[in-house]
Amino acid sequence: MKREDAIGAAGATPATSRLSPSGEALRVRIWRGDESGGYQEFDVPRLESQTVLDVVTYVQRVLDPTLAYRFACRVGMCGSCAMTVNGQARWTCRTHVSKVVSDGTLEIAPLHNLPVVRDLVTDMTPFFDKWARAKGQFKGDRTRRDDFARVEPASVQRRRVDAGIECIGCGVCYSSCDVVTWNPDYLGPAALNRAWTLANDVRDVAQRDRLAAVAGDAGCHACHTQMTCTERCPKGIEPTAGINGLKRMVAVAALKGDL
Amino acid sequence: MNTRTQVLLWTAQRASAAVLAVFVLVHLAVIIYAVRNGLTAAEILGRTQGSAGWAAFYGLFVAAVSIHAPIGLRAVLGETLGWQGRGRDFALLLFALLLFAWGLRAVWAVTGA
Amino acid sequence: MMKNDYRSHNHPAYWAFVVHRVSGVLLTLFLPVHFWALAQALQGEARFDSFLRWTEQPLVKAGEVALILLLAAHLTGGVRVLMLEFLAWRGWQKNLLAGAAGATLVAGLAFMLNLWP
Repeated sequence: MKREDAIGAAGATPATSRLSPSGEALRVRIWRGDESGGYQEFDVPRLESQTVLDVVTYVQRVLDPTLAYRFACRVGMCGSCAMTVNGQARWTCRTHVSKVVSDGTLEIAPLHNLPVVRDLVTDMTPFFDKWARAKGQFKGDRTRRDDFARVEPASVQRRRVDAGIECIGCGVCYSSCDVVTWNPDYLGPAALNRAWTLANDVRDVAQRDRLAAVAGDAGCHACHTQMTCTERCPKGIEPTAGINGLKRMVAVAALKGDL
Repeated sequence: MNTRTQVLLWTAQRASAAVLAVFVLVHLAVIIYAVRNGLTAAEILGRTQGSAGWAAFYGLFVAAVSIHAPIGLRAVLGETLGWQGRGRDFALLLFALLLFAWGLRAVWAVTGA
Repeated sequence: MMKNDYRSHNHPAYWAFVVHRVSGVLLTLFLPVHFWALAQALQGEARFDSFLRWTEQPLVKAGEVALILLLAAHLTGGVRVLMLEFLAWRGWQKNLLAGAAGATLVAGLAFMLNLWP
């Protein structure tokens, strides 16, 4: 079947689905509405090498144009397409249907732990607000008149930074964390991971403020090492490791009276 | 409760955990040994009565557990019941003191001469 | 906001968390009972002895086995958390979990074997 046939001719979007040549259809349940809503069922042609994002796109373009969802790069670089697929947060553009389909069905919902704007779209504001609250911004004290900072790539600190620096803020870890669900103030794995990379940045001068920001009931000490964040991170980052590192750093600072 | 105090609580919890790890291992070993072929009051008290060593061991054990359990409970109450603030902390302080008092009473019961 | 269910909890570190939390809560509830039981000795050896006799019932013994398992699980799980938090991150933490589960079982079995030789 040609791609154009599958998507449908311009303008004409029949309400009924079309089956793939093999006659196989995917039964897809997609969340509609906001916090109060429900799952709507669609039949989508099953194709080879299909991703979950392909499925959502098919539904919106062919079956129901009112479906709201987010995506951008569709090649696993931006993190915009993160959604909950069969109960687990994932990048839908990098999730092959064949890998997650169970019993010929798929359940697609918005990311958990975030306010639902509509259908599959969440409000990422709380996620990034916590990033800021964790002092997740670099603060340096050099100017253009100073020489370059020297950061030894093989140093322990830089290797720690490297392990966590690739975070693109997709929200999968935050969505997967139960402590985020149970403790509304908890900064969450992404914000704490970013704070950890900055805490190990030898150029940064806001260390004291940052440690104070990430300590306590709303900070790293609320983590119970459930490690779902580490389990689900599409970039293989281990936020639990960074959070435990922050616990150690805060303890040392507290002992020294630096907190 | 300010951040510094929260950090202190976490540290106390982990420190008491480390202490308890040792004490619980000893306690488990003692129980398993003592329970062989039944258990009588005479057997237990014969070992512990008048013993300063056992009193010290179990006294410290009680102190550590009175720190460890309430702080652990604090997180559980906050996360499952949404109970935060001074009310929770006051209740847990009370619980800690009660545990300590009951625990010392139990220690006295088996070690007091 | 929507919440996670069992499908995202289906991995070993999460089970370890559940075991640790449940065992901790149950042990905390047991402690006052334990202190009360020991305090029976204050009423003299005879009173303490009759209490110990009561604990020889099969149901109570089964409860004691459960308690030993809970204690062993909480201890080994706790040591695992201490190692995760205080030692530098290493990839062998999954083996730690297995070790923790194994040690728990050993403690429980040892206790049971003592009761039923």
